[in-house]
Amino acid sequence: MIVIVDYDAGNLKSVQRACKKVGMTALISDDPEKVSRADKVIFPGVGSAESAMVTLKDKGLDTALNEVAQKGRPVLGICLGLQILLDHTEEGNKDCLGLVGGASERFRFSVGDIKVPHIGWNAISLVGSHPMVENIMSGDQFYFVHSYRAKLVDEKEVIATTEYGDSSFCSILGKDNLFATQFHAEKSGKLGLKIMKAFSDWSP
Amino acid sequence: MLTKRIIACLDVRDGNLAKSVKFVNTKDIGDPVKVAKEYYDDGLDELVFYDITASSDDRGIMLDVVERVARQVYIPFSVGGGIRNVDDANRLLMAGAEKINVNSAAVRRPDLISECSRAIGTQNTVLSVDIIKAAVSRDFPSGYQVVIDGGRKRTALDALEWSLRGEELGAGELVINSIDADGTKSGYEINLTRMIAEAVSIPVIASGGAGKPEHLLEVLTKGKADAALVASMVHYGDYTVRELKEWLHSRGVNIRLRF
Repeated sequence: MIVIVDYDAGNLKSVQRACKKVGMTALISDDPEKVSRADKVIFPGVGSAESAMVTLKDKGLDTALNEVAQKGRPVLGICLGLQILLDHTEEGNKDCLGLVGGASERFRFSVGDIKVPHIGWNAISLVGSHPMVENIMSGDQFYFVHSYRAKLVDEKEVIATTEYGDSSFCSILGKDNLFATQFHAEKSGKLGLKIMKAFSDWSP
Repeated sequence: MLTKRIIACLDVRDGNLAKSVKFVNTKDIGDPVKVAKEYYDDGLDELVFYDITASSDDRGIMLDVVERVARQVYIPFSVGGGIRNVDDANRLLMAGAEKINVNSAAVRRPDLISECSRAIGTQNTVLSVDIIKAAVSRDFPSGYQVVIDGGRKRTALDALEWSLRGEELGAGELVINSIDADGTKSGYEINLTRMIAEAVSIPVIASGGAGKPEHLLEVLTKGKADAALVASMVHYGDYTVRELKEWLHSRGVNIRLRF
């Protein structure tokens, strides 16, 4: 069973629809039991990391996600889901799940005129290899909506980067059974669906 | 780098397109779901639906349209028209819309913006502003005035001040719609778009007046818009979405072409 983790952070139905489109049946659930027993887990999310962490803890989903990670089951993090996999977020100065070494920090630019949130279609550059990105390539564009960027401790876990303003940030991370995109794969047209499809085929 | 977005706008009345859409084969199409799918397949970046259904009793029809679009179209789309509270917004999001668009109701009750922003997220709350030119005065220091109810009713709000206030209240994007330029096909209101795009720190979507690809180029460069809204120029088969995007790309605009 594929479970989409429900922690009151955004529209999970669009993720479920994209799953269906590529032939995956996914259940939306906030039950930690169901999450920890899932064969694969999708961890999406939009909104504030601070309130998301509070909800995850309240529902016991933080522990369930830890178990899933330990068991080696595939996890697909999307947007806020990527940031919450890290140790820490500057948003509300909160500790996150700590499954991937790193932290999220707010976009800051030394040049003016760069808008935050980063909203729209932007290109990725693949800097690492991963079975989940076999069917996409550098220059492919995806739909982003976020104000914080992930900084990873281990460069090897950065699978793709994206340029915005005067710097670049980690737009895809991969570590063992954990894979996450800063962009919304479910809203990124046919290329985004390729990633959803790759997740249904992936067995790390 | 972030690309400039091309957004198509579809007016929906009682579940059907208010104006039919012609494709290159000049077939008339009235079904918003079919048209959305066509544009999606042609590389459109985003869609906006305005529900112009007159009777609030018939609003449920729009939810059905949204659900059917969401099953076929995997790019962001927003819905505007008739959203008066968080419940209206939530229903549209649950049906599959990515963002909601508020306009007249937000002018009447500005808290609608902050309520939506808190409930569904800043990034999903779009403020549309309909604007006409006005004489520069103490009331309208920017020389532009906000109008509501589809341009029929003038308000006491200055366009620049209202845009800044909308951002402050939690709008994540602004649609700047020039009523003067709307339907003229003679180009976007560049000065207005640029003035607001330079003043706010959220993305600005230019609307009203597009008739030729050059108009899009102008508003995305000189007008400093982050996105350009198109309607009749693509609906009547004058240009395809793909043609517009390829042309803009050939003029050096950063555009999404691989999809």
